[in-house]
Amino acid sequence: MSRKKTEKEYQKSFAYYFFRWLNGEKDEYLGEVEITPKEPYRETEEEKRARIRGKRAIFLRLYGAKKTRAVRAFELFYKAASVVFCGILICLLLLTVSYLPPTGAADKPVNNEVSERYIENGLQETGAVNIVSGMILDYRAFDTLGESHVLFIATITVLILLRLDKKKNDGAGITAEQAELNDAVYEPKSDTILQTAAFILVPVIMIFGLYVILNGHLGPGGGFSGGAIIGAGLILYLNAFGFEKTERFFTEKTYKWVSFGALSFYCLAKSYSFYTGANHLENIIPKGTPGAILSSGLILPLNIAVGLVVACTMYAFYVLFRKGGF
Amino acid sequence: MRVFTYLLMAFLILCAISVSLSKNLLNSILIYMSFSLIMSIIWVILESPDLAITEAAVGAGVTSLLFFVTLKKIHAISGKESGDEQEKD
Repeated sequence: MSRKKTEKEYQKSFAYYFFRWLNGEKDEYLGEVEITPKEPYRETEEEKRARIRGKRAIFLRLYGAKKTRAVRAFELFYKAASVVFCGILICLLLLTVSYLPPTGAADKPVNNEVSERYIENGLQETGAVNIVSGMILDYRAFDTLGESHVLFIATITVLILLRLDKKKNDGAGITAEQAELNDAVYEPKSDTILQTAAFILVPVIMIFGLYVILNGHLGPGGGFSGGAIIGAGLILYLNAFGFEKTERFFTEKTYKWVSFGALSFYCLAKSYSFYTGANHLENIIPKGTPGAILSSGLILPLNIAVGLVVACTMYAFYVLFRKGGF
Repeated sequence: MRVFTYLLMAFLILCAISVSLSKNLLNSILIYMSFSLIMSIIWVILESPDLAITEAAVGAGVTSLLFFVTLKKIHAISGKESGDEQEKD
C-alpha cells in the first residue's frame, strides 16, 4: 500500500509529531524550553573543613555550653508540659471512647437503612456470597476504581522520583548500572537457606494469593489482599533468585501493559454496568447461582483486575526502591 | 476469649510504645511488623477476615519490606551510628 501523502506532507502532520513524541525519538520542546542540568555540587577540602567546624560550633552551642538557669528551667518546663499534654490528650480520647455505643447495640447509628439494605438485598442484587465484596465491587465500585488509580498514581510518582536512566547520568549522581552495582553489594547471592525456603514457599504463596483473588466473592479476601500476597511472593522470589530470573517475566513493559489493561478493563466494565443501571436497561452479564465460582456477574473479573494492579504496584515499588528501574 | 482479646490489646499498646522508644531502627520495624500481626488477629476476633488478610499482607509484609529497603539504602541497617556522626571525627 502506497502512502497517500508524500513524505514531506506527512512530516508536517499531527500524527507524525504524535508518534515521534510517543516513541520518544525527539523532544518537541528541546531548544524551546531550556532545561540545563545543574552543576554537581563539589566541595573543596577547605570548604568541608569549614562546614564541619561550623557544625561542631552549633553542636557545642546547643549541647555543650553551660546551661544557664533559664535554659534549665525551660527544659524542665518542656518535659513537664509534654507529659501533661499527653495526659490530657489520652484522657480526652478515653472520654470520647466512653461515649461510643457498646458493641452490638441495636440503636447504634451504624444500624441504618444503608447497611440493612446491603445485608438484606446484597446477595440477591449482586450475587456475591461475601457481602463485603459485593459492597466494594458493586455498590461502591466507583470507590474501588479510585483506589486502584491511587495505587497507579503512587507508582508513577515513585517512578518519577526514583527512576534512573540506563546510561545517562541525569542529576541523580549515578546511572542505573551503577545503582545496580551498589545494590548488588547487599544482595544475598545464591543464599542456600533463602533459596530453599523460597523454592518451597513461593508456589504456595502464589497459589494462596490466586485463591484469595478468585474466591473473593465467596469468602473473605478479594483483589486487594490477594494482589498484596502475590506481590509479596514476587518480592520473595526476587530476593532469593535475583533480577535475572524475574526479568524474564516481569519487565517495565509487563508492568505498563498489565496496569493499563486492568485499569481500562475496570473502567469499561463498570461504565457499562453504571450506564445500564442508571438508564434501567437490561444488563447482559449473568449473575449466576450464588456460591458457584463463576457467579456474581462482574465481581470476579473486577477482583482479578484489582489484584493485578495491586500485585504489579507492590512489586514495582520494591524494584524501584532497590535499583531505580525494572 | 475476652481475656485473650484484652491480652492482645495490651500487646498492641506495648508494641506502640516500644516502637517510639526503640533506638534501633531495625528493631522498630520488627516491632511494627508484630504490631500488624497482632492487629490482624484482632481483626479476626472482630469478625472481619477481609481486613485481617489485608492487614497481614500489607502491614506485616509489604510495608515492612519497603521500610527494610529504605533502611538499607540510607545505610542504617548495620547498627552503626549514622554518617553524620562519623564526619565529626
